[in-house]
Amino acid sequence: MQPAHEQSFWSRYVFSTDHKVIGLQYLFTGLFMGVVGAFLAYVFRMQLAFPGEHVPLYGVVTPLQYNALVTNHGAIMIFWVAMPILIAGLGNFLIPLMIGCDDMVFPRLNRLSYQIFFVSTVLILVSLFVPGGGFGGAWTAYPPLSASAQFNHTPWGAPLWLIAVALEFVAFLLGGINFITTVMNARAPGMGPMQIPIFVWMVVIASIVFMASVGPLVAGAIMLLFDQLLGTHFYDPKAGGDPLLWQHLFWFFGHPEVYVVLLPALGVVAEVITVFSRKKLFAYKTILYTSFATGVISFFVWAHHQFVAGIDPRMAHLFTITTLIISIPIAEMTFAFIATLYGGSIELRTPMLWALAFIAEFLIGGVTGIFLGANATDIYLHDSYFVVAHFHYTFFPIAIIAGFAALTFWFPKMFGRHMNETLGKIHFWGTIIPFNLIFIPLFVLGAAGEHRRIYSYEHFSQLFTPGLQNLRVLATVALVVMLLFQFVFFYNFIRSLFWGEKAEANPWRANTLEWAAPSPPPHGNFAEMPTVYRGPYEYSVPGRPVDFWPQHLPQ
Amino acid sequence: MAHAGEFPVPLATRRSATGIPTGRLAVWWVLASEIVIFGGLLASYIMFRLHHPHWADEASHTKVWAGGFNTFVLLTSSLFAVLGHQAAEHGDGAKAARFLRLTVLGGLVFLGVKTIEWSGEIRHGFTIYRDLFWTFYYTATGLHGLHVLVGMIILWIVANDAARGKNLHRVELIGIYWHFVDAVWIFLFPLFYIAR
Repeated sequence: MQPAHEQSFWSRYVFSTDHKVIGLQYLFTGLFMGVVGAFLAYVFRMQLAFPGEHVPLYGVVTPLQYNALVTNHGAIMIFWVAMPILIAGLGNFLIPLMIGCDDMVFPRLNRLSYQIFFVSTVLILVSLFVPGGGFGGAWTAYPPLSASAQFNHTPWGAPLWLIAVALEFVAFLLGGINFITTVMNARAPGMGPMQIPIFVWMVVIASIVFMASVGPLVAGAIMLLFDQLLGTHFYDPKAGGDPLLWQHLFWFFGHPEVYVVLLPALGVVAEVITVFSRKKLFAYKTILYTSFATGVISFFVWAHHQFVAGIDPRMAHLFTITTLIISIPIAEMTFAFIATLYGGSIELRTPMLWALAFIAEFLIGGVTGIFLGANATDIYLHDSYFVVAHFHYTFFPIAIIAGFAALTFWFPKMFGRHMNETLGKIHFWGTIIPFNLIFIPLFVLGAAGEHRRIYSYEHFSQLFTPGLQNLRVLATVALVVMLLFQFVFFYNFIRSLFWGEKAEANPWRANTLEWAAPSPPPHGNFAEMPTVYRGPYEYSVPGRPVDFWPQHLPQ
Repeated sequence: MAHAGEFPVPLATRRSATGIPTGRLAVWWVLASEIVIFGGLLASYIMFRLHHPHWADEASHTKVWAGGFNTFVLLTSSLFAVLGHQAAEHGDGAKAARFLRLTVLGGLVFLGVKTIEWSGEIRHGFTIYRDLFWTFYYTATGLHGLHVLVGMIILWIVANDAARGKNLHRVELIGIYWHFVDAVWIFLFPLFYIAR
């Protein structure tokens, strides 16, 4: 390595090609957008609990604004929070460290990927403030509502939203190509396919699934943009088009997308639970192969979102079966995680609490998904709050719980300091308990027939009973409590960033290669490039004086 | 220390655990993502076409001869890309650059013919609004034309480098991409021009 040369602030933090800086750029952008997405949720939940009243920090919510708030909450949380934090943020920061090299194989492509993502972030934020307001056609953007300003009343918001989403796809396509080629070619000597940490595998599989599923939607987005801006009729049944085409293209991407973000989250959980139960990961190969299986099966389930869209009932049966089949590999992975915990010496540190909470909460999300994947029950529950509660029990564990597990686990590596453990636990319980109090009532409301996309239930007397309204108020109050507890996290985060206890290179006594680099790793990562001698999960090996065995130590 | 203005190549880029050069791997992954984009568009077109028998009449207004000539031009330009690769393999950057510039010329002729075709069709009322067939026609051939244009720009940059003996490995990479652009046209031509 050449001695570190002087770099200006701009070339070091803004236009850097260093994978760690780019990873942190993605991470901080994702956290910022998380705050935006949370604020939108706060506003529309307040409207639902106290319809028509003045919302503190916002004002009175109009019906069009309500639609825009819900739409952009969904889009932002998935495309600008879950994906940048779990895939681009953690993937960029960790992959080169975990496979033992100095950077990604295409550092400038990596920088371009973040820059495109940044532009998309600016566009989605701008789209909320243009004349007519933000797009309000739901994150699924079904035509004809999304295709014509005549219906959606957002002549600027709708195309801007679509362009922002399309640019986000481009950014993640570039990033994904970088991840896949980096892991294929730049691994440390000795690291065979079965010595790769599960998290790295998960990001690679997720990137491949993303790449294979997003293409048709890119084509679909071009067609939708033409319908919006040129006035073509791809999705207009009057002129020979078909709105169902968009649903197929969207969900052919949209359902694999769930697994695109789920797999890296599972990877985080695998890394955290092995370290904090001091035990070898149970069934590494089974977890790996079930992830492949999940990736493949995820391409055959999409029409379970369209059971009430007028598709052929025989096709609905087929998609019911494939959808139920995909729960098998996921269940298998959950069992493998529980088997990893079994008999381990479990340390309940903050990251471990998050990882365990992931397993518990995601389980509820998975089990309630069975009701929606089966066409008979879905026809009743479709587009009700049962659906909302179900996917928040999957996405919240994925994006938020696994995100916090990762942040608290790798914080010492990223910034060279420890986070406060007590504040971490207060934040954990202050998030998990209200989270359940938000969404369990929504299951009940959905089963009672509460439809998703309604601005105010005052106009639906059978849904505006005191019993149901109390549940709405409970969910909203729980949300506000949960959001207030996030200040504990931000306080802890910022305080630890500057004044936290200094962390050594390997504070958790972990095996994977990122812990062989200094905390925080310098430019170029390793003083001496590591060679790999064993798999990543050799904990508590009999006959060794210590209960861990880093991958890079010779015999 | 790297020279001023030159990007220091990290160790990661120089490693090759699979034995396949990193650049080639990346180009194949780019093509994989492109295949699903065009695949989605063409699959949508085919599904619609099966449900709209009258599209055959609309398709009869496309100019098969112009399309056929363009097919010939693109295939020939691909041959030049192969010859350029061969020259680069032998370390002859100047010769590789000459062939790549001939490839660019092929792309230019292709786009020229396309321009004449489109303006003729638009003059005769076959605009993007006339029928969904024409919407698909302009979208698919337009997206393909955009790829031709981008390919030509990259070819030109790679040719300029190759002429100075720099980055000769990129001659193969842009060649792979150009073959892909060619292959997409091989699908578009029968689907939009010939099929009745």
